[in-house]
Amino acid sequence: MMRTVFGALRVVRFGHIVKRFQYECLRAERACLFTVLCVNIVQAFLYEVHSMGMTMSEKILAVHAGRDTVSPGQLIEAHLDMTLANDITAPIAIQEFRKLGVNSVWDNSRIALVPDHFTPNKDIKSAEQAKYLRDFAGEMQIINYFEVGKMGIEHALLPEQGLVLPGDLMIGADSHTCTYGALGAFSTGVGSTDLACAMATGKSWFKVPGSLKIVLKNRCRKWVGGKDIILKIIGDIGVDGARYMAMEFAGDGIASLSMDSRFTIANMAIEAGAKNGIFPVDTRTEAYVQESMKSGRRSDRYRIFESDADAEYEKTIEYDLGTIEPQVAFPHLPENTKNISDINEIRIDQVVIGSCTNGRLEDLRTAAAVLKGNTVASHVRCLIFPATQNIYLQALREGLIETFVEAGAVVSTPTCGPCLGGHLGILARGEKAVSTTNRNFVGRMGHRESEVYLASPAVAAASAVTGVISSPDAVVK
Amino acid sequence: MQQKGKLVFKGTAHKLGDNIDTDVIIPARYLNTLDPDELASHCMEDIDKNFSTQVKRGDIIVGGENFGCGSSREHAPLAIKSSGVSCVIASSFARIFYRNAINIGLPILESRTASEHTRSGDLLEVDFKKGTITNMTSGESFVSESFPEFMQEIINMGGLVNRTKQKLEGNE
Repeated sequence: MMRTVFGALRVVRFGHIVKRFQYECLRAERACLFTVLCVNIVQAFLYEVHSMGMTMSEKILAVHAGRDTVSPGQLIEAHLDMTLANDITAPIAIQEFRKLGVNSVWDNSRIALVPDHFTPNKDIKSAEQAKYLRDFAGEMQIINYFEVGKMGIEHALLPEQGLVLPGDLMIGADSHTCTYGALGAFSTGVGSTDLACAMATGKSWFKVPGSLKIVLKNRCRKWVGGKDIILKIIGDIGVDGARYMAMEFAGDGIASLSMDSRFTIANMAIEAGAKNGIFPVDTRTEAYVQESMKSGRRSDRYRIFESDADAEYEKTIEYDLGTIEPQVAFPHLPENTKNISDINEIRIDQVVIGSCTNGRLEDLRTAAAVLKGNTVASHVRCLIFPATQNIYLQALREGLIETFVEAGAVVSTPTCGPCLGGHLGILARGEKAVSTTNRNFVGRMGHRESEVYLASPAVAAASAVTGVISSPDAVVK
Repeated sequence: MQQKGKLVFKGTAHKLGDNIDTDVIIPARYLNTLDPDELASHCMEDIDKNFSTQVKRGDIIVGGENFGCGSSREHAPLAIKSSGVSCVIASSFARIFYRNAINIGLPILESRTASEHTRSGDLLEVDFKKGTITNMTSGESFVSESFPEFMQEIINMGGLVNRTKQKLEGNE
């Protein structure tokens, strides 16, 4: 009798639950113990509930922890595919690494060291820090150390060099390490001590994050791209709207987004407090990855993870990309966003186009399209920073650099310098800048009474021409 | 992490707002040094020029939501610790700061109610063993969020480096 009942029940949607349920019932039937049946049914139900689908973030963490499943809140230790530090964070990491009493690193091909923040050295102290990093790289025979002249801003450089692949688990001693989620990797920023221990062991501990799903639909309007999308999201959910969470992007709108736009979006997941940002892998991702792997720096195969249809999300938010207009985040938080059409005249002193957020080729092409045939306003300094040497070279070959110089902009070697008020383009008291970077905190780009307005390369370039915060439509007819 | 044998801290509160970011805690222009005292001399200077000279050993920072948001710089908890601050209480912490503080041994506690009911100048007593925060000025007492067992283990072992060292030496 029971077989008939459960045979009929199997047609329902929850076939796998019913199957287990049926199995336990049949066991109980043979034992003729109704109580056993009841207990087993409850157990089976709990098992099935527990083994609900997983998100792609959870799957990557589970695989690297050698587990079948993980769930939000769980603390795990997991193996890493790649680690990263720069000239600010590596020195402390090296000091802590020395305390561990080991003579060598876990794997000299899986540690990327990039002197990009205060380089080319801004002063003697910075030079000492860069030297400390360089000496350590030499001592440990770090293969992926990138000297000035070969380096770039780390979060543009590592994907370009094929050092991060889909399905990777990676940590970096820089908060914008979340950028690599654009490739379908689980990637997150940590401090120097975490990195020191990872350099020695190849492992790190993680609290499995809950996930926030952001569904992107349709296509962006002209002059709207990744920066506007992520600023819009942060404006809506706030700078702690995704605190401790995985920010997972989904939806048909992703297909139309370039890899450069996806990097920009994942890059700023941290500005909503997220642990990581992550995109599904599609043909565009794979084309990018296969090109980057020609560097030969990684020879292992990448893995593509997809979120299950029944994966659990703490919240889901939908965006129609076609309704988003260029965004500007006002001082002093990235959540202070406004539509470009709602902004009254704000006179600016400086424009910065570049950084790990917006220093890629697409960004430079956009800026050049706006600046072409125009001139930077007489009261504005316009600074442009290609993010890597390769991007710089390509921009040179495409004539973008010529366009910038002709427009009256200056073009710099790759560096994080101005983004964090480190060097090059520091603001004086009371000055205002439009910047394609990622943070506009108090004092971020210089004097504590200066102001940073975050925007896309298109808005930044247009503002450079007009001298006030402007839509590209105001410049390009 | 508690200092060895030190489970109770008593100090004057420095109340700060929400979203105290790492650029405010230690501006990036000073990240060209690892010297803790030099970092401490610039702690909070962009929001309070006098913080580093007025803070007394044992004082307690009380932040609002999302304390320590922004960069992963470990210089931030180091600057706070080196300035003499005994511990940080906040409504919530940004995740990298939270992790860094545990790793380097800056005692932190999460308590929204304690944060909301504290004013600058209040005398606080923090008992890490009990997880309680007592506002001696107002007489109110609060219970903090407890650390997960794994985090407590890092704390008990004197920070992440010690824990990793012991594991590498096969003592665990």
